[in-house]
Amino acid sequence: MTVAPQAPAGVELTDPNSVIVTVDGIAVRVPKGALVIRVAEMMGIEIPRFCDHPLLDPVAACRMCLVEIEGQPKPQPACAIPVTDGMVIRTQRTSEVAQVAQEGVMEFLLLNHPLDCPICDKGGECPLQNQAMSAGSGVSRFDLKKRTFPKPISISAQVLLDRERCVSCARCTRFADEIAGDPMIELLERGAKQQVGVGPDEPFDSYYSGNTIQICPVGALTSADYRFRARPFDLVSTPTTCEHCASGCSLRTDVRRGVITRRLAWDDPQVNEEWNCDKGRFAFRYTTEGRVDSPLVRDGGELRPASWPEALDRAARGLAEARGRVGVLTGGRLTREDAYAYAKFARVVLGTDDIDFRTRVASDEEADFLAAHVAGKPMGPTYADLDAAPVVLLVGLEPEDESPIVLLRLRKAARKSGTSVVSISPVRTRGIDKMNAQWWACRAGDEASVLRRIGQGEDTHLLEQLRSDGAVILVGERMAAVPGALSQVAALAADAGARLGWVPRRAGERGAADTGALAGLLPGGRPITNAQARAEVAQVWGVDPNSLPEGPGMTTQGMVNEVLADHGRAESDQARRFGALLVAGLQLADDPRADDLRKALDEIPFLVALSTHHNEVTAAADVVFPVAVVAEKAGSFTDWEGRTKAFSAAIHGAQTSTDGRVLAMVADTMGVSFGTGDVSALRSELDTLGSWPGARPEFAPRDAAEAADLTLATWRLLLDDAALQEGEPHLAATARPTEALMSATTAQEHGLGQARSVVISTDRGSVELPLRLAEVAAGTVWVPMHSEGSDVLSLGAAHGSRVRVSGGAV
Amino acid sequence: MEVTPEVRSQMSEIIDRYPNSRSALMPLLHLAQSIDDEVTPEAMEVIADALGLTTAEVAAVATFYTMYKRKPVGRHHIGVCTNTLCALLGGDAVYDAVSERLGAGHDQTDVDGTFWLERIECQAACTHAPVMTVDWEFMDNQTPASAVDIIDRLARGEQVQSTRGPVIRDFQATEHTLAFPVDGLAGEGGEADDIMLAGLTYAREHGMSAPAAPGGDA
Amino acid sequence: MTPLTPVITEHWDVPDLFTLDGYRRKGGYRALPKALAMDPDAIIGMVKETGLRGRGGAGFPTGLKWSFVPQNDGKPHYLVVNADESEPGACKDVPIMIANPHALIEGVIIASYAIRASHAFIYIRGEVPQAIRRVATAVREAEQAGLIGDNISGSGFSLRVTVHSGAGAYICGEETALLNSLEGLRGQPRLKPPFPATHGLYSLPTVVNNVETITNVPWIINNGVDWFRQFGTEKSPGFKVFAVSGHVERPGIYEAPLGITMGELLEYAGGVRGGGPVKFWLPGGSSVPMLTADYLDTPLTYEAMVEAGSMLGTGTPMVFNNTISVVKSVTRWLEFYKHESCGKCTPCREGTYWITGLLEKFEAGHGTDPDMDLLNEVCGHIMGRSFCALGDAAATPFPAAVKYFRDEFQTATTVPVDVSFPPSAGYVFEGVAAR
Repeated sequence: MTVAPQAPAGVELTDPNSVIVTVDGIAVRVPKGALVIRVAEMMGIEIPRFCDHPLLDPVAACRMCLVEIEGQPKPQPACAIPVTDGMVIRTQRTSEVAQVAQEGVMEFLLLNHPLDCPICDKGGECPLQNQAMSAGSGVSRFDLKKRTFPKPISISAQVLLDRERCVSCARCTRFADEIAGDPMIELLERGAKQQVGVGPDEPFDSYYSGNTIQICPVGALTSADYRFRARPFDLVSTPTTCEHCASGCSLRTDVRRGVITRRLAWDDPQVNEEWNCDKGRFAFRYTTEGRVDSPLVRDGGELRPASWPEALDRAARGLAEARGRVGVLTGGRLTREDAYAYAKFARVVLGTDDIDFRTRVASDEEADFLAAHVAGKPMGPTYADLDAAPVVLLVGLEPEDESPIVLLRLRKAARKSGTSVVSISPVRTRGIDKMNAQWWACRAGDEASVLRRIGQGEDTHLLEQLRSDGAVILVGERMAAVPGALSQVAALAADAGARLGWVPRRAGERGAADTGALAGLLPGGRPITNAQARAEVAQVWGVDPNSLPEGPGMTTQGMVNEVLADHGRAESDQARRFGALLVAGLQLADDPRADDLRKALDEIPFLVALSTHHNEVTAAADVVFPVAVVAEKAGSFTDWEGRTKAFSAAIHGAQTSTDGRVLAMVADTMGVSFGTGDVSALRSELDTLGSWPGARPEFAPRDAAEAADLTLATWRLLLDDAALQEGEPHLAATARPTEALMSATTAQEHGLGQARSVVISTDRGSVELPLRLAEVAAGTVWVPMHSEGSDVLSLGAAHGSRVRVSGGAV
Repeated sequence: MEVTPEVRSQMSEIIDRYPNSRSALMPLLHLAQSIDDEVTPEAMEVIADALGLTTAEVAAVATFYTMYKRKPVGRHHIGVCTNTLCALLGGDAVYDAVSERLGAGHDQTDVDGTFWLERIECQAACTHAPVMTVDWEFMDNQTPASAVDIIDRLARGEQVQSTRGPVIRDFQATEHTLAFPVDGLAGEGGEADDIMLAGLTYAREHGMSAPAAPGGDA
Repeated sequence: MTPLTPVITEHWDVPDLFTLDGYRRKGGYRALPKALAMDPDAIIGMVKETGLRGRGGAGFPTGLKWSFVPQNDGKPHYLVVNADESEPGACKDVPIMIANPHALIEGVIIASYAIRASHAFIYIRGEVPQAIRRVATAVREAEQAGLIGDNISGSGFSLRVTVHSGAGAYICGEETALLNSLEGLRGQPRLKPPFPATHGLYSLPTVVNNVETITNVPWIINNGVDWFRQFGTEKSPGFKVFAVSGHVERPGIYEAPLGITMGELLEYAGGVRGGGPVKFWLPGGSSVPMLTADYLDTPLTYEAMVEAGSMLGTGTPMVFNNTISVVKSVTRWLEFYKHESCGKCTPCREGTYWITGLLEKFEAGHGTDPDMDLLNEVCGHIMGRSFCALGDAAATPFPAAVKYFRDEFQTATTVPVDVSFPPSAGYVFEGVAAR
């Protein structure tokens, strides 16, 4: 927007895409087609509104934003009128017509409103309340009976609806329909009886339902969880970045007396726009429950609370003893700074390159893929690239479950920009329909060969699209489980010239790869085997390059194998390949090798755990240090795009330290110079290091393996048994059902034509789940990976594994 | 709503009328009311499933239009127009008489659930005021007595003929007509009545006609 | 005195006119081959030249509406007939559909051909099964006769016609609400622009026309522009199916040129029932402002009615005599608008709720002087600010009524209207046998 110094008469347009309009006497040049309400906003002129929302299609229903436009006989809704050249607009500031119209509408809106602000959650942050003050009268002239409804009804376990307060702006129903693609709430009835509601037997169990609470301009939609818990003016708000997945949402955390009371989506036009998912919004109770609140040391077989000096001393001694023979497992949920601290601590303090952030399904192929294509790479493809892409090919990625904002952006791209989405997936999911995507049915485990065939031109249209400018391929976590899949993805992207994005599930994975929490990789994607890379890092770390471990070290799999092999082969602790493990916050059960991991933790002579919560790892540890949860510390996350978003602590004065600070203290105790471990210090080191522009190790393609006759397809649902969702009953009640999916044909072939439930077995055991026939690729049975009763990881199975099925008892 | 193979095929036939299946929603809701005498939650689920919609999307429509009922209508739907013109020409008295006869008010049924009474809005028959409808068939030019007589005859199972339409069947039969309007009854109800012919009759009697086109064949 | 000119209604006394045979015997389906031999654009041009204006109430020039449809755009086009006649007082489309459905269908085929529509929909309000079955049966007959279907009469033009039953919603007479309804949505109006001509049914180019409008088309094709324009006035050409109701001796359908006066129609209808003067009348539905006997000599044209402070609307005059309470009339209309308000926009949804409540106070004799001013103000807050014309319509009756009959509202601050105006006085029975 440019403010033109004078009235538009005779002004020559320099940009054919701009027009000159006058608002309240001020002439401005603005983009052609911009809505009047947006133009006024840009000028700092606030036109009151309810139904208008910049991310929803205009409806002009509430009529609050009426303004006077010269030449129009009637006041016009600013939210729905695109500006045209020479348009003269007068808002309520300069037009009596507009002002009177707005006052009239406000009076109408309050007619049937209960005015129960004193007991309303929205009070204090309510657009209706605020605008009633600015455009309303202090006294009502309505002396008749108000329309009443029974007070709140549940439209889902976590969203309550108070129909008396509703002003029928339809923001919520439009959000559900347009943005989320979950039209499970609708306007019902008509006229003055019109109300929001759900249909028979179908609650508003959308993964995005919480957004409707946030965009409701009155107190009609409230959170079951937050209801009556706080007043907005009692809350201390801190912007943050969501810790739940790699979508990278900006959020706002609201804290009351040191406790989180709610979280809201915050505005980041580049990333989450103004939305988030219900997990990001509602899952924060974990921050208070089951916490490790003091250092612990093992004493005669039992863990007991210990002083920091005692714990530090124990840890320092144990680690020093095993120096060079310590494995480091960081998990995928650390902030970028903390992951970096482990990466540095491993190389400098422990003298090892045996470090991995992956305690989930993983492979060496994936590690090589990350080194070649992900770690330390510049940002991109980005969300904006999805919008602009002619085609987005999804490989082994269910964005609605695994990166929900990616789903929203792909849906938007498909609806607004004509992006075509193709999903190579074993199941035709609701998400696929939401993106209006083409479903490429693919038996779990067959992805590599499907990709090869696409590269060979099996679908010429798709290949052509992938070759066009801006094409994007996104690959998900589970492709680590399919031999050859990541090799084929990389090859296809390279051949077609498409941009390639890796979308991990956990918020810290990209940051961990970038900062060197993976064997073979120093920070910034530097190969540990490259002399220059070593020199650069050594300089920043102030150490001799030769003191850095040679590398490449071992990944989780290698470490576990060696620890188990040490059993029986090592004659003394000193003779063991691994004398100690340093483990950060992670869940053993997330890994199909969980049994081996458990054995390894039992076997290892010395185990140090840094953990927010008590869990299986802390129970096995010799020394445990409490560390801060995300809300208690500053840090940053790098989302799937490679975009790093920093945040500060939302809860101030928490008696917890970051992992980096604890590691620095351990290093100090060991007498090794490490620095302070402060977030700012770590961050500035990372900035100094930057990205590695040099050559990367060749990514040696792996062969595809033949998929078995019947394979397991699996991924984690957004809402499941995860540790970070503990203590959230309302959220859990909206999770999707735990059920197995098969095609009718495959079920028939396995004698399950009439079965109501199915038993899925491997050599390790079995799980039984209700069976639903659905659109599933032949030869595959899909189950949620980690929902209650469906812990297929405990079977040692991963996506693409061979499984057996039989009819269940139910 | 019981979905027999016949109902299933009727549903497909309705869906096939439209370029876009969702357009079939309204006729399917009429079909549902021809099977039950209301739109049940189960019917909404069946229809949602058939059209790939959420039940909320079906409920949004089913609750918007007044002809869709969410409690049983019974055998006959009785409508009395009480919009201004009919009401003031006697519709209010007709309504009161019928209401008293049935012991039911607006949007209520009589005690045994046979008759549903409703104050209806303008029925596009103002020339025939006061207007009543039985199962939405016209019962023009009513008086309180004639209206009660119609109810009595229906209650006794006697044949009642619409003034401009077929012999009264029942609510569900009319709802079936709304879903499948070629019902074989178009010939009933005969020619235009005196009121529809008022102007033509006057013109004939007074030798008035529209000018013919030069060489035209109107 | 303007003579009656039965055109559309000319053969309504033929007992089987509603059948294909009956219609054909009276010259039906002769316009169709003529039209199919014409260039579609020539038909649009011809309808434009006649100056035919929409008979549904708004009076928009029909040919112009057709010409807005982009041609040769490679997209499907649709014709949608608005047969949702639900306006209080309007009762002319339903008789047309019952008496002569084939004339409508012949018009549908020709209009579809002109705008290159391959699928036409006839959206008929659900509460009139007799009209629905007559039209649907006529469509079936026409299909069986090869007048609808593939390659009609070897012309290369193909057409499907679907009869769609509504389900009780006055708002669906608003053309974009009708389109939403036809798409299986709530019948709430859409933002305009874009207009249906480019983004109509399924967002494709669509013409929505009223029943009577489309029924004019076969006569236009048969008899030409000059013949058509000899009826009516320059700005309101053609003939009109007037439906006269209320306190007249012979309520009914009277077809006459536009420009005939209410006084003339009243005379044809046998005068005011029982003698007396006309107290007030409405030219075309409850949505147009009422007029008094002072306007009985004003021509019933689009332009003259506006000049008189009202509108032609649907051209279905309602006549009320001195037995009728204006307060009660207006209250009932507002109860109707409140019932039919779709709920989408605030002024209409809340405004009709408020006005109705205030009017009910007057009806009970409890109105106050400030309430009268408040009513005017509330109507003013709806008028021109609601999403669609329904709100404007709801804001119309009271200001018009209070303009002519303020004293009646004044009386209703103390006396219930049923006391001032005993209801039975207005009834058309009691002593007078029902028909």
